[in-house]
Amino acid sequence: MVKKFGDFTAVKELDLTIHDGEFLVLLGPSGCGKTTTLRCISGLEIPTSGSIILDGVDVTDRRASQRDIAFVFQLYALYPHLTAYKNIAFPLKAQHVPKEEMDKEVDRVVKMLRIEHILDRKPKHLSGGDMQRVALGRALVRHPKVFLLDEPIGTLDAAFREEMRTELKALHVDINATSVYVTHDQEEAMSMGDRIAVMNAGVLQQIGEPHEVYANPVNLFVARFIGSPGMNLLACKPETGENGQLGLRMRGNNELLELPGTLQQLLKEKVERDHSLVLGVRPEDTTVHTAEQEHSLAAEVYVTEKMGSYHIVDLSYGEEIVRARTSAYVDMEIGQNVRMSFDMGRVRFFDSESGQSIMN
Amino acid sequence: MQKKKGPLLVDARGNQVNFNPMRDVNLVRLFVFPTIILLIVINIFPLLWSLVLSFTDYSARLQTEWGVNPEWEGTKNYVALFTNPDIWLKFITTGKYVLMSVGGEMILGFGLALLLQTKFAGRGIIYVLLVLPMTMSPVIVGLMWKLFMDPNWGMFNFMLGLGRIDWAQDPARNLYAIVIVDIWMWTPFVMLLSMAGLSAVPQYLYEAAEVDRASWWFKFSRITLPMTYPLLLIALIFRVMDAFKIFDLPMGLVGRGSGAPPLLSMEVYSQTFMTWRTSYGSALGYIMLIVIIAITSVLIKYLNKAKH
Repeated sequence: MVKKFGDFTAVKELDLTIHDGEFLVLLGPSGCGKTTTLRCISGLEIPTSGSIILDGVDVTDRRASQRDIAFVFQLYALYPHLTAYKNIAFPLKAQHVPKEEMDKEVDRVVKMLRIEHILDRKPKHLSGGDMQRVALGRALVRHPKVFLLDEPIGTLDAAFREEMRTELKALHVDINATSVYVTHDQEEAMSMGDRIAVMNAGVLQQIGEPHEVYANPVNLFVARFIGSPGMNLLACKPETGENGQLGLRMRGNNELLELPGTLQQLLKEKVERDHSLVLGVRPEDTTVHTAEQEHSLAAEVYVTEKMGSYHIVDLSYGEEIVRARTSAYVDMEIGQNVRMSFDMGRVRFFDSESGQSIMN
Repeated sequence: MQKKKGPLLVDARGNQVNFNPMRDVNLVRLFVFPTIILLIVINIFPLLWSLVLSFTDYSARLQTEWGVNPEWEGTKNYVALFTNPDIWLKFITTGKYVLMSVGGEMILGFGLALLLQTKFAGRGIIYVLLVLPMTMSPVIVGLMWKLFMDPNWGMFNFMLGLGRIDWAQDPARNLYAIVIVDIWMWTPFVMLLSMAGLSAVPQYLYEAAEVDRASWWFKFSRITLPMTYPLLLIALIFRVMDAFKIFDLPMGLVGRGSGAPPLLSMEVYSQTFMTWRTSYGSALGYIMLIVIIAITSVLIKYLNKAKH
C-alpha cells in the first residue's frame, strides 16, 4: 500500500505480511510512517493505493468498525466521563451485548489484568499504568482478529515501562492473538517482537526476527538504529598489503587492517577494486587493549560512560568515534592511548554509496 | 535623619512607608475601586433601594415626601400580587415563552454546531452570517421583524406562503412571533457555545469508538452529548436567565398595547412606568428575581455535578 497526505508520502509502497498469532513490531524514528501504517491497517486511515487483506478478505474499503480489530492508542483514548468498568465494557455495549454476558467478559479481562480495585474510578483518578491496563482491557474484552498497539507504553516512566513490557508479552503468549505493535524504542522492539519491521522515511527497511535484524542489518540505517549504542561504522577501502594479502585501509588513522581469509574472499567476490566501504561492528564485538595487539588499530580514549553492569568506552579514531562495550571493572583514563580490535567473524560491510549491506 | 518627600503611610508594623502608586497592590486598588464605586452607585444601591420601596406605596410620579410617599405598607404589595388572578397567567405565559424559545434555540443551535463541524467551502461565510443576528440590538431586531412580519407587505408570510397573518398584533399569535424572533436572534449564541464544546472533544475518542464498533447514534449519545453537556448547560443557564426577563424584543416587535402578550417584564414596565405604581412594580421585579435565581441555581447545581 501507499499512503499520501497531500504531497507528502507517509508510506511508500509497503508490502508486509503478518502471520497468524504473530507479535510484529513496527519500529522506526518519529515520522517514519509506522503509526500511519498501523492506522491504515485499522481503517482509521484509508490507503491512497494498494490493499489491506485481513484473514483473506480485502478490507481496504471497510470502515474501522467493520474490520473487527482492536486498537490501543498512544494516549490511551479512554472515555474521560466513564468509569474504568464502563470504558472496558464500551465495545460490548456498542454491540448491545446482554448485561450478563458483558459482566462475564469484563470480569474475565479484569482478572487477567488484575485491575479489580479500580473499576469504579474515572480515568483522571487513574495512574498511567492503570489507564494503560484499562485501555488494554477495552481491547481484550472482545475477541478481535488483530490487536493494534500504537506506542502503548511510551508515556510511562522507565521502570514501569519495563514491567508493562513483560506484562504485554506475557499477555500475548496467553491469548496468542495476532498483534501489531508500533514503537520507536528499539529495545522494546527487540524484547517483545516475534519479528521486527524497521521503517524509515515511509520505506520498510528490513523485516526479520530480532536477532537477525540486530546481527545482520541490511543497510546503514538499520545498523545505526538498532542497538544501544548502535553499530560502529568506519569508512574504509579494500587494499592489497605488502604481504600480498587483501586488507582494509581505514580512513580514521589511515592504517591497514588485516582480514581473515573468509572476509578477503568475500570482498574479492563482491567488491570492485578501490570501492569505498563502511565496516560495521557492534560495541560488544569491539575489544579495547591497553597493550600491543595483533590485527588491532590505534585509538584514544575519548570518554567512558559507566552503565553499571558494563562500560561504554568511546574511542576517538581519527575523526570517527568507536564505541566499545567493556567490563565494568576496566578503568580507562581519558586521553589514554589504546589499541582496539574487532571480532572479525561478526563484522559487516556496507556499500558506502548505497548504504546497503554487501553480506547477503 | 532627613525626611523624605511625598505622602507618608503606615504599614502593618507601624513603620512609615512612602506611597508609591506604581506598586502592584496600589495599581490593583487604583483599577478596582472606581469599578466598585460605580457598581455600588448604579447597581447595588438601586437593587436594595427597590427592595425597600417594594414594601411601601411609593410612586415615582409624585413628590417624594417621607412618611407620605413613600409610606411603609409592609407586605401589602406582595399580598396584592399573589392574590391577583392575572399574575398566574403572566407567569404561565412567561414560562411558556422561555420553554419554547430556549428549547428551540438549544435544539437548533446544537444542530447547527454539529453541521458546522464538517469542513466545506464557504463555511466561514455561513458562520459569520449565522452569528450576525446576535450582534444586533434587540429593539432594532424587534422593529425589523415587525416590518418583516407585517400582514400587508411583510416578506415573512409571503416567503412561507402563509397569506395575511398578523403575527405581531394578533394576541393569539404574537407570543409565537416573539418566540420565532428570539430563536432567530439567539440560536447563534447556543451554536457558538456548542461549537466550543464540540471542538473540545478529542478526535481520538471518536476513533476509539469507531474501532469499538459504535454506531453513529451510540457515539453521539455516549461521547458527544456527555462531553458537551457542561457547555450546553452554560448556554441553557444564560438563555433561561435572559429569556425570563425579555423586554426589549417584544417592546420593539409587538409594542405595549392591550394586545401585547402578558409577559412578566412587560407587566413590571406598565406597573412601574405606565400606571406609576413604582412599589408594586418593584415587588414584582423582586419576585421575578427570586424565580430566576431559583431556576438558575438548580441548573448551576447540575453544572457543578457535570464538572466532576
